[in-house]
Amino acid sequence: MSDLETFRRETRAWLEANCPPEMRRPMTSENDTYWGGRNAKFSSEPQRVWFERMRDKGWTVPDWPKEYGGGGLSPAEHKVLREEMAAMGARAPLSSFGIWMLGPALLKYGTEAQKQEHLPKIAAGLIRWCQGYSEPNAGSDLASLQTRAESDGDDYIINGQKIWTSYANYADWIFCLVRTDPTAKKHDGISFILFDMASKGVSTKPILLISGYSPFCETFFDNVRVPKSNVVGQVNRGWDVAKYLLQHERAMISGTGERGIGRPLGQVAADSVGSDDSGRLDDAILRSQIAAFDIDEAAFAAVAERAVDLAKAGQSHPAFSSAMKYYGTELNKRRHEILMSAGGIDALEWESERSRGGARPRAWLRTKANSIEGGTSEVMLGIVAKRILDLPGA
Amino acid sequence: MALVLTEEQSMLRDSARGLISDKAPVSHLRHLRDSKDETGFSRDLWKAFAEMGFSGLLVPENFGGSGLGYVEAGVVMEEIGRTLMPSPFLSTAVLAASALSRGGSEAQKSAHLPKIADGSLLAALAIDEGTKHRPLQTKLQAVRSGNGFKLNGAKALVVDGHTADLLIVAGRTGGAPGERNGLTLFLVDPKSKGVAIERTVMVDAHNAARIEFSNVEVNADQVLGEVDQGGALLDGLLNIGRGAVASEMVGLSEEVFGRTVTYLKERKQFGKLIGEFQALQHRAAQLYIDIEITRAAVLKALQTLDGDFDHAGAAVAVAKARAGTTATLAVQEGVQMHGGMGMTDQFDIGFFMKRARVCQESFGDSNYHADQLARMKNY
Repeated sequence: MSDLETFRRETRAWLEANCPPEMRRPMTSENDTYWGGRNAKFSSEPQRVWFERMRDKGWTVPDWPKEYGGGGLSPAEHKVLREEMAAMGARAPLSSFGIWMLGPALLKYGTEAQKQEHLPKIAAGLIRWCQGYSEPNAGSDLASLQTRAESDGDDYIINGQKIWTSYANYADWIFCLVRTDPTAKKHDGISFILFDMASKGVSTKPILLISGYSPFCETFFDNVRVPKSNVVGQVNRGWDVAKYLLQHERAMISGTGERGIGRPLGQVAADSVGSDDSGRLDDAILRSQIAAFDIDEAAFAAVAERAVDLAKAGQSHPAFSSAMKYYGTELNKRRHEILMSAGGIDALEWESERSRGGARPRAWLRTKANSIEGGTSEVMLGIVAKRILDLPGA
Repeated sequence: MALVLTEEQSMLRDSARGLISDKAPVSHLRHLRDSKDETGFSRDLWKAFAEMGFSGLLVPENFGGSGLGYVEAGVVMEEIGRTLMPSPFLSTAVLAASALSRGGSEAQKSAHLPKIADGSLLAALAIDEGTKHRPLQTKLQAVRSGNGFKLNGAKALVVDGHTADLLIVAGRTGGAPGERNGLTLFLVDPKSKGVAIERTVMVDAHNAARIEFSNVEVNADQVLGEVDQGGALLDGLLNIGRGAVASEMVGLSEEVFGRTVTYLKERKQFGKLIGEFQALQHRAAQLYIDIEITRAAVLKALQTLDGDFDHAGAAVAVAKARAGTTATLAVQEGVQMHGGMGMTDQFDIGFFMKRARVCQESFGDSNYHADQLARMKNY
C-alpha cells in the first residue's frame, strides 16, 4: 500500500472517530459557521468539539507548516483530506479570512517575525481578520485608493475610509491597503499594512443589504497610529501583495456555494413543484434549466480539481483564479435563481418560522454580490483577456 | 488520480500532433472534398497511423496492440479535431476495437483485433436509425432463422460505412423499441447478400453511409456478446464514442478559438486592432473559460471510463453535453469575429463549424445528454 493510501485510510478512520454527526450535515444558517476571534462563541457543543480536535491536529490549516500551527501536509495529502472530508460531508471547522487570504500572503511576503506573530493565532482561531481594500471611490479601480498613511517616526498615522469591509464589526485585526506615497503612480505608492481594530481612531458602521443582513461595513480611520514594522512586504510595493492575496480571495469566492452536497437540485425542485407520471419534474423548462445547471456544475467541479492539480504540476496560469471566480460566481447565482423558481410562492416569505426567516430569498439576494465582491465579473473577464489571452490595450 | 495528462500521455499527444499537423492540416480535408475523393480519407495516412501504433492503441497487447486506455484515445481524437482530419480512427481504432475486446469471443478477437492493430481491417458501427440518436429505439429486426438470424432494417449515420470491411450492427432480437432488453449486436460482412450501402456525402465532408439490410443472413458465430443482452455492451460502446467525440470537439474548439484570437490581434477597424474592443474581449474571455472547463470535464469522463467503466455514465453525459455546447459556441463566435471572411469557403473556419454540427449529433447531442443526466438524478 502506498504512503498516500495509508494516509487516506488513517485519515478516514480519524475523521470517522472524531467528526461529530452534527458536523456532517449541510450548513443551514450563518450560525453553523465558526469564525473564531477574541469574542467568538460556539453555537453548539459539537461545533466546539470539532473545532478543537481539528485545531489540535493542525487541520484548520492542513497545508501550512507545523511551526506556524499548520498540519504540514503535502499537496497530495491535503487533497486526500479534502476528499475524505467532502465524502462524509464534514464541515470546515474554522472559517476565516486569515486562513483563506492573509495567511498565504504572509507565508509569501511576511517577515519571520510577522509569520510567528500572526499565523499561529489564525490557525488556532484566536484572531479574526477583516480586509480593508475597497473605498467609496475605489471599487473596480481598486488601485486608485486614497486612504493615506503618513510617516511619524517609527509609526504611520492612517486616515481615510474603507467600504464593503466584510464583518469589520466582528474583526480583531485588519489587513489594509494604504497610500504611503501620494506622488507616485497609482500602483506604486500603496503599502499593505496590518493593525488592531481596537486601535484608537478605528470605527465601523454596518451596511444594510437587500438581503436584510449586514455582512459588510463602512470602516473609518481617524488618526490611527500603526508601527511601521506592521507593513508586509516592501513599503510602496503593497500592490504586489494585494494582487497575490486577491488570487486567493477569488479562488475562495469561486468555491462559494454548497456544490454537490445535500439533496440534488432537481429533487429539491421536485419536492415543491411535483413530478409527472413518468417521474419527470412537472415543469419542463425548469427541468431543462436544472439539467443544464447540473452539467455546468459538474464540469466546474472538474476544472476546480484540475486547477489544483495543474498548480501542483507547475502548469497553472496565475490569472486562472480570475477565470474560476467569474464562472463559479455566475454559477452560484444560477443555482439560487433556480432555487427561487423551484420554491415558487413559498420562497417569497421573508420572516415566517416555516421559511426559517426567509432563508431562501435572503440567500438568493446575497448571491448577487458574488459577481461584484473580490472583483466584478467584468473585471475578471478583462483580466483573462489581458493576462491570459494577451489581447491588446486591455 | 491527478486531472492532468501524465508525461507519457503528453508525449503521445506531441507525436500525434506532429504527424497530424504535418500530414493532414485542414487543407488535406479541403483537397479530399474538392476532388470528390472516392475513399474520403487517405489510406496512406491510415498506414502511417498503424505504424505509429495509433490504430492498435486500444487493442490488447496479446492481440498486437498497445493496450492503452480511453484517455490516450481521447488525446489522439483531440489532435484529429484540431485539423479535422478524416480518419477511420474513431470508427475502427476506438469503437470497433472496443466492441471486439469488450464483447468478443476469443475467436472473434483473434480474427479481427490483430488486423485492426496492423491497419488492414476497417470497421464501422451501425446503431442510429431515426432522425435523432435514440439507441433504445432500435427497430432493425433480427429474427431467428436456422442456426442464425435474418436481419431486416436500415441504419443511418454509419461513420465510415462506405469503406468498412466489417459492420457491427445493433438489432432487436426481442422486446419492443424503447426497451433495453432484446438488443443484440452482430458482426456483419458488408459484402453479404442483402446489404445495400449508400455513401452519404455529409455537410462536414467526412465519411458516413446509410445501410439497408434485406433478409441478411448471419450465423450464431456472428453474434457479439449475448443474444438479447446487448444493451449493456452497447451502452459502454456508446459512452466510449461519446468520450472520444467530446475530445475531438475540445481539439476543434481550441483550434477555432486560437485562430480567432490571432485574428483579433491582426484585424484593424476604426484605426484599432479589433481585439482592443471590450465587447470582443469579454466574449473571447468567456469562450476561453468555457473551453478550459469543458476540457476538464472531458478528461474527467475519460479517466472515469478508464478507472470505473460501469459508473462513467454521468461523467460522460456531462462531457458530451458540455463539449457540444462549447464547440457550438466556439464555431459561432469564430465565424462572427472573423466577419465576412468567416463566411467564405476560402477561409478554413467554416469547416470547423460544419464538423462541430456533425459531432453534436453523433452519439446524442447536448439536449439528449442533459435529459439523460436528469433521468440519472431522478428528476
